[in-house]
Order: sequence, then C-alpha cells, then structure tokens
Amino acid sequence: MSKAKKTGLYILLTVSGFLMIFPILYAFLISFMQGGEVLQGKIIPSSFSLENYSAAFERTPLFLYIGNTFLVSLMVMAGELALASLAAFAFVFIRFKGRELLFFLFISTMMIPGESTVIPNFLTVQQLGWINSFTALTVPFMASAFGTFLLRQQFKTIPYELYEATRVAGISRFRFFWNIVLPISRTTLFTFGIYSFLTTWNMYLWPLLVTNDESVRTVQIGLKQMQAQELSTDWGVVMAAVIVVIIPTLLLLFFGQKQLRKGLTQGAIK
Amino acid sequence: MSAMPRVPIQTKHVKVVGSKWQLAEGLLYLLPSILLLAVFTFYPMIRALYMSLFNTDSQGNPLTFSGFANYTALFGSERFWNSMKVTGYFVLLTVPTSVILALFLALLANEKLKGIGFFRTIFSSTMGMSVGASAIIWMFMYNPSMGLFNRLLNLFGLEDVQWLLEPNIAIYAVAIVTIWMHTGFSFLILLGGLQNIDDKLYESARIAGVSYWYSLRKITLPMLSPTLFFVSTVQLINAFQTFGQIDILTAGGPLESTNVIVYSLYKDAFINYKFGPASAQAVILFFLVLIVTVIQFRIGEKKVHYQ
Repeated sequence: MSKAKKTGLYILLTVSGFLMIFPILYAFLISFMQGGEVLQGKIIPSSFSLENYSAAFERTPLFLYIGNTFLVSLMVMAGELALASLAAFAFVFIRFKGRELLFFLFISTMMIPGESTVIPNFLTVQQLGWINSFTALTVPFMASAFGTFLLRQQFKTIPYELYEATRVAGISRFRFFWNIVLPISRTTLFTFGIYSFLTTWNMYLWPLLVTNDESVRTVQIGLKQMQAQELSTDWGVVMAAVIVVIIPTLLLLFFGQKQLRKGLTQGAIK
Repeated sequence: MSAMPRVPIQTKHVKVVGSKWQLAEGLLYLLPSILLLAVFTFYPMIRALYMSLFNTDSQGNPLTFSGFANYTALFGSERFWNSMKVTGYFVLLTVPTSVILALFLALLANEKLKGIGFFRTIFSSTMGMSVGASAIIWMFMYNPSMGLFNRLLNLFGLEDVQWLLEPNIAIYAVAIVTIWMHTGFSFLILLGGLQNIDDKLYESARIAGVSYWYSLRKITLPMLSPTLFFVSTVQLINAFQTFGQIDILTAGGPLESTNVIVYSLYKDAFINYKFGPASAQAVILFFLVLIVTVIQFRIGEKKVHYQ
C-alpha cells in the first residue's frame, strides 16, 4: 500500500471515528462540568471533579435502577439462551413430522413488530397482576425466534452422523445436547448472550409501560425521569447519570465486539 | 397362502413407535418457546385484530362491536395519513443512509492497518448505546441556547435554529440521531461480511490491475450482497418501530411532524385509553411491515448473490 493511500485512509478513519464517538465523548466531558460552564458552552471542563457523579446517585436511586436492570438483563439472557438452544436442537436433531412448518411459524414471529403486540400484551400482563414486577420485564422476552434461528444455523454445522453415532452408543439425546452440542457452539452462544444482554439493557417502551414504581424501575426509564426533572438546570448531573448507564454496555461491546461480529455475521448468512 | 414376512412388520412397528417418540420429544424441547411465543406473540396479534373491531373501556375490555368503524375513521382522518406520511418519510431518510454509512465505515475498517482495532471499536460503539441515553445526549446538543450545534452556527455568524421545535426541521434532527444509533449494529455485521470474502479474489484483481472502484463494484458488493440484504431488512423493520428517541426528543411534535405510527398508537392506547383505534393502528403497522418485507425479499431474490 502506498504511503499516500495509507495517509488518506488514516485521515478518513480519524475523522469518521471522531464524528462517531463525539456525542459520547461530549457527554463524558459535560459530566464533569459545573452549571456555569455548561451555560457558557465550554467543551473542556475546568476540573475533573466527581461532584456530578455523586449528585446523580444522591438525587435518584441510580444504584437501585442499575441493580434492577442487571437482574432483568441477566434473567432474560439466561432464559433466551436456554429456550433458544433447546428449540434449535429440536429443529436440527429431532426429525419429527411438521418441524419445517413449526420452524416457519417461529421465524414468522420475527416479522411481527413488537409494537403491534404491545397493547394486548400490556393488558395480558395487567390481568395477570404482573405490573410493577420483574416477571413482566422478563418472561415475555425469553422466547427468541432470532436466537433460535442463529443457534439452528450453528447446530447445522455439527455432523448428523455424530449424533447418530451417540444414539447407537446409547447416549441419551439430552446428554448429547448438553455435553457435545453446547460446548461446540460456545462462540455462537456467547454472541447471542451478548446481543440478548445489550437489547434487554437498552429496552425502552416496555419498561415504560409496565413499571411506574421505583422499586422495579430500569435505568432507561430512570434516565428519562431524571432528564425531565433536571431539564435546563443540571445538565452535568444528567450527563453523569448517562455515562454511568452506558458504561456496562459499552464495556460489554468493547470486550465482545470481535465475537459478536463473527457470530452475528455467520448466523445471518449461512 | 404364504405367511406375511415378520421382519417388515417389525420394521414398520419400530418406525411408527420411533416416529411418535421423536414427535413427542421434539415438542418437549420446543414447548417453553412455543408457550411463550403463543402467549406473547400470536395471541396478542389475534387479540389486537379483535380489539380493533370494538370500542373498549379504559381497561381495554370490549364494550360495543363497531366492525370496521375504527379503520374507516382512521382512513378518513388527516392525522392518521399524516402519521403514515411521517413514518414513510422517516424510514426513507434513515434506512438507506445508515446502511450506506455503515458500509463506508466497514470498508474503511476492513483495511489492514496498524491500530485498526481501535477504530473498529469506535465504529461499533453505538450498538452499546441505549435509546434513552442517546436521545438525552443529542437533546443537549440540540439545546437552543447551550447546545453545540447552535454554538457552531453562532461561530459563523448565523442565527440560532430551534432544531426540535421547528416543524420542518425536527424530523431531520430525530433522523440523524436514529442513523447514528443504528450505524453500530450495521457496521458490525457488514465488517463481518467483508472479512468472509475470499482474499484470492482480490489477489486476482490486483494482478489484473483493475481499479479500486471496479473491484468494489464487481467483487466486494456482489460477494457482500447477502449481508447487505440482511442488514437492510433488519434496519427496515427497526425503523418502522422507532419510538424511544421520538418520545424523549419531540413527543411526536412539533405539530405532529414527527408523529410516527408507533408513537400515534402509543398515545391513543396509553395516554388517551382508546384501545380500539390504537389496536387498528397496531394491525396496520403489522401489515405495513409485512408488505415492505415481502417487497424486500422480492428485490433480494433478484439482487442477492449467494456463492
């Protein structure tokens, strides 16, 4: 590669990277500013004081919201991984009549927009008495057609002959699933797990509808409330809360990016 | 009379038993997913259809049958057609732009350069950004007096713009936020797709001395087309379901200029407690996404190149 081309690429990369990261960087810088600095339109804070961060935790139960959201995200992740892998295993290794039709029905649920079902689901959850509960935040999301599809693609790469050999040897189906299929599919399970955690952590509309009590509130709704209360008074504190909320998912993405890229791409194409 | 052979009978017997057993066990593995999808996806879709034919009380209980009155009222309503127009325009603004931007970034990040991993992390970072956090950050940047954008305008001697309060501008302001948010996911998938393309194809092209743009058109894009198709389809479906950034940034305003169909049905159902009309909009949203996806797959059949 010529030096000129390399230089040009680095310039493009730097400019693009700056534009993509700027909003996050800007929020980070504002999270250290006092009210006066924000009003003056400063870009760089005069000091890196953590006052806004402690204020964010004092004025709103941010720890509780974070704890709630971690719990919900981990529960949904575990549920989705379990149910999707069982379903994908059935679709690949258990050859029963009607499985193609059933798989089509599964996939068709990916075509139904969540917002088309949000009204009846809200009424269902209300009638079940699940409003303001972790059950409402987790159970409806544990079945995942996308996850089933992704894992089915992965499981299909395992030779069927291997499965038949274990059957002849008298190993049970579930043992084959648990001791062979899942370990071989670690990468895809990891990919789907990250994806599941990210989407649950970042969920907005459903938590907005089914929670109105602080004890079960999640961070995204907490941010919305905080922004509404602090509007035009303490942007520094709001931005501190924003930074606290995005750190877990940005870290997860940072460490899992390569895995996520490979896993999602393979699932999408094969 | 010759006796029936025993072996065929036994074989048939075993096969039948095995077949039933496989069905039972298969369904057993599928049962948790089927149950949840039935309760939270299929049943509510049917119920939405049902509710759209009724007037309901504030708890969503059907009161009086109204047939297609909710639909005819919608189709006769200027407000509904406005939200359809806004939704369509919003999708057109955001989907092609974010896919093209993601492709550009993926092509950049696919180059073999020192430190490229750092840029890959930055380009995918918006995938970790929630709609709540993103909307609040951008809301501040759009702030009329303190926001960065108006600061930049003032720097060049230009007047302030009310980014979120001017009917002709607000939809672009929200679209930019949406494009930025969705680029991370698309970038990640497209980069993965680029990395799956066989290097030998490019070596042959280099030996033949073809230009970068020629190999982009003849090698990269055809080989990447399945990935592009997947990303476009996902982003299309996502764009129709845009809600959070609109709720925080504009609440469907100003003057309903950002009142996409999802926001409209949310207001009807959960602010105005009109579950009948809201359900009708939910059903219409479903068919909208279905139609667009079918069209997308038709185009895909012609354009997508599977190796």
